[in-house]
Amino acid sequence: MSNTTPTAQKYAPGQHPELPPPFKTRGVMLWLRENLFSSPTNIVLSLLAIYFLYKVVPGVLEWSFFDAAFTGSDRNECKAKAGGACWAFIAERWRLFTYGFYPAEERWRVIVAFIMLVVVTIAILWEKCPLRKPLLGFAVIFPFVAAFLLVGGNGVKMLVGLACVAVVLLLLYRGFSSALFFILAIVAALAAKIIFFGGVDVPFTSIHINGIVDLEQYQQLSLKRVSTDSFGGFMLTLVIGVTGIAFSLPIGVLLALGRQSNLPIVKYACIVFIEFIRGVPLITLLFVASTMLSYFLPPGTTFNLLVRVLIMVTLFASAYMAEVVRGGLQAVHTGQTEAADALGLKYWPSMRLIVLPQALKISIPSIVNTFIGLYKDTVLVIIIGLLDPLGIGRASLAATEWNGLTNEVYLFVAVFFFISCYAMARYSIYLENKLHTGHKR
Amino acid sequence: MSATPTASSASQPSLFARLWYDKQNRSIIVQIIAALALLWLFGSMILNAIHNLEVLGKGFSFNFLSQPASYDINQHLIEYSSRSSHFRAMMVGIINTLLIAVAGIVLSTVLGFMLGVFRLSKNWLINKLAYCYIEFVRNVPVLLHILLIHGIVVHSLPKPKQAINFSDSTFITNRGVFMPSPEFLPQFKFVFAAIIIGLLIAWFFWRFAKKLQERTGTQLPVFLVALLAIIGLPLLTYFFTGQPINWNIPELKGFNFKGGMVIRPEFLALWLALSLYTAAFIAENVRAGILAVNHGQTEASMALGLPRNRTLNLVVIPQALRVIVPPLSSQYLNLTKNSSLAIAIGYMDVTATIGGISLNQTGREMECMMIVMAIYLTFSLLISAGMNYYNSRIALVER
Repeated sequence: MSNTTPTAQKYAPGQHPELPPPFKTRGVMLWLRENLFSSPTNIVLSLLAIYFLYKVVPGVLEWSFFDAAFTGSDRNECKAKAGGACWAFIAERWRLFTYGFYPAEERWRVIVAFIMLVVVTIAILWEKCPLRKPLLGFAVIFPFVAAFLLVGGNGVKMLVGLACVAVVLLLLYRGFSSALFFILAIVAALAAKIIFFGGVDVPFTSIHINGIVDLEQYQQLSLKRVSTDSFGGFMLTLVIGVTGIAFSLPIGVLLALGRQSNLPIVKYACIVFIEFIRGVPLITLLFVASTMLSYFLPPGTTFNLLVRVLIMVTLFASAYMAEVVRGGLQAVHTGQTEAADALGLKYWPSMRLIVLPQALKISIPSIVNTFIGLYKDTVLVIIIGLLDPLGIGRASLAATEWNGLTNEVYLFVAVFFFISCYAMARYSIYLENKLHTGHKR
Repeated sequence: MSATPTASSASQPSLFARLWYDKQNRSIIVQIIAALALLWLFGSMILNAIHNLEVLGKGFSFNFLSQPASYDINQHLIEYSSRSSHFRAMMVGIINTLLIAVAGIVLSTVLGFMLGVFRLSKNWLINKLAYCYIEFVRNVPVLLHILLIHGIVVHSLPKPKQAINFSDSTFITNRGVFMPSPEFLPQFKFVFAAIIIGLLIAWFFWRFAKKLQERTGTQLPVFLVALLAIIGLPLLTYFFTGQPINWNIPELKGFNFKGGMVIRPEFLALWLALSLYTAAFIAENVRAGILAVNHGQTEASMALGLPRNRTLNLVVIPQALRVIVPPLSSQYLNLTKNSSLAIAIGYMDVTATIGGISLNQTGREMECMMIVMAIYLTFSLLISAGMNYYNSRIALVER
């Protein structure tokens, strides 16, 4: 104790009050030493990183915020105000970016559909959501309701159609346990078509069975029709993204089960389909949809470009989904299927009750990743001329007063995609952690 | 025997039930139905197509491939002019696709591994920088990256007159990057021979050293010898034969540079965008792969007294590669398929030549799209075959 400071008191052994740890081993200094300057390499790397940040961050902030123009009516006005980004362009055209060319007086329909989407999404994602059960039921029919809201048309027809679809889906669902219901489902679908929807053409003959009830006479619930050509902006992105997400999972599950099936024809048909779709770029499929799909349809049939794109995007995503689900199916131990067999469960019940719940749970992160991929792929539709936000942006750049603001447009759209995709990615990580019940390092 | 009732003919199930409730029969029935449905689908599609093409008076033939294409392609590695045939244009497109795919795969792998290691770094700053980069790049569509980088290259780089100049031989402009191109003189064959000899020496020495180490435990400086043989020998020959390479240096003539090699802005933008985008995904695969190696492995190796770099090389990386390679191959496939987005910025790959301009000029959508799809399918199969081969070589050898 003699070599301590002269003012030091004498303490009985064990009575010395606790001293704070040395400066270098606590607080900020400790953190810095451990995280930034722990070894010569780390020192060099840290210094390089700090230099990089010093060079880049102020410039970027300056360009995008401090030296940017947020108001103005054309590019020159922006330039006169500030040397950085010209966000006035976005501010002036945000309606175009949101709704595309959707008629102004009908935009409330887009908003209603969007609110429904938000509610349904919350119900799906949040387990403690009030009224979750009925909302989940609504989620099943939401795509159809939204389609009706956005496109418009005869409301009575829509409701009847929805009821018929519901009946057929229920029968199909029962059909997984008994073949009789499969046949009933097909009969019900045909009957619905004949009674309400203008009859059917008998294939390979020229006989036409006429419809019985003409729903066109009930116009009480009608909404004004809006052409899908006027869809655009973020709304179009959401339409394509949500449709793809809603339909690619069930189709993907069926394809994955088909690929695992021990019926050779079904198996190879699924393999060929999946590998073909995964082997070609989406844009070639979109080209097919836009230029040559009509060749493969009976002469005179035309259907809307947006619908063709939706079908292609859904098929594309479902092939990837099938592979993801297959991964999950392979991870479920064979013992599970064998146990189900031993309990006397048939194929569909054993899949529905035993195998799929486990397989889907395992593959949730990859499923969300596929969703993110699908959502990002929606921008490709600009190549065949649909006006998603990127398309709107590029089209607007052609206007003389905003000519040349490419960076602003691309960054704006990039930030939109980043926010939505990052949110999805975070949710998948949250789920992963919640489902991860093992030990962690 | 009459006491034990057997199944009488009265309770015999119907023919349908007998067929349906027998597993084998049922699978045959289901398959026949599936086959018929597929046949009907494809049959009607093909019949419709034949009928529709006939109505349009188009027919179905690949004869147009030999007709002159009459459009220009600015980047062609093989002889091409606007008088060449559509087939030639397609070949140019295929080569351009291959070029971007290979260049992209190389750059994205290097960047991806670097980022993946950064992401695991204990250095907080580096770790977070890598995290921000990966998350931002991954969550933005690749088409946006391509357009954004193309915009930066075309609008923000200087015009040829104000080119960014590196030692008067390499110039960066908004018309592309101009670099000196080598012109090989006859004596260069000696250098070429030296390269091959160097490679052979390195390979034999590596095998010898490996055997020696297995037998006796003595380690030879393989890396140094290989470096000397592969780089030193050709360099020595190069100077000995009197530097048999003429450098063709680009010069500013009029509004643009002439001579030398040029990396066009479309190629540059596409290459950077695809590589930067794919690198973010590869980085995540690399990170997952390294994390998948049980920490006990590192600890055991340390306990055996292996130094840190040998632990990495001999224990961690071989095991991590097994996890990394399968998703890596699908990233390579994605990169190749994403290169078809070249069409958005006018890089003339196979989609833009045969599936773009040729298609529009000849009006043969069916044939052109079939060719394009067949080409991409071939690429996909080749890449996955190659990666499967590599995977089987590094996979765990099981009993």
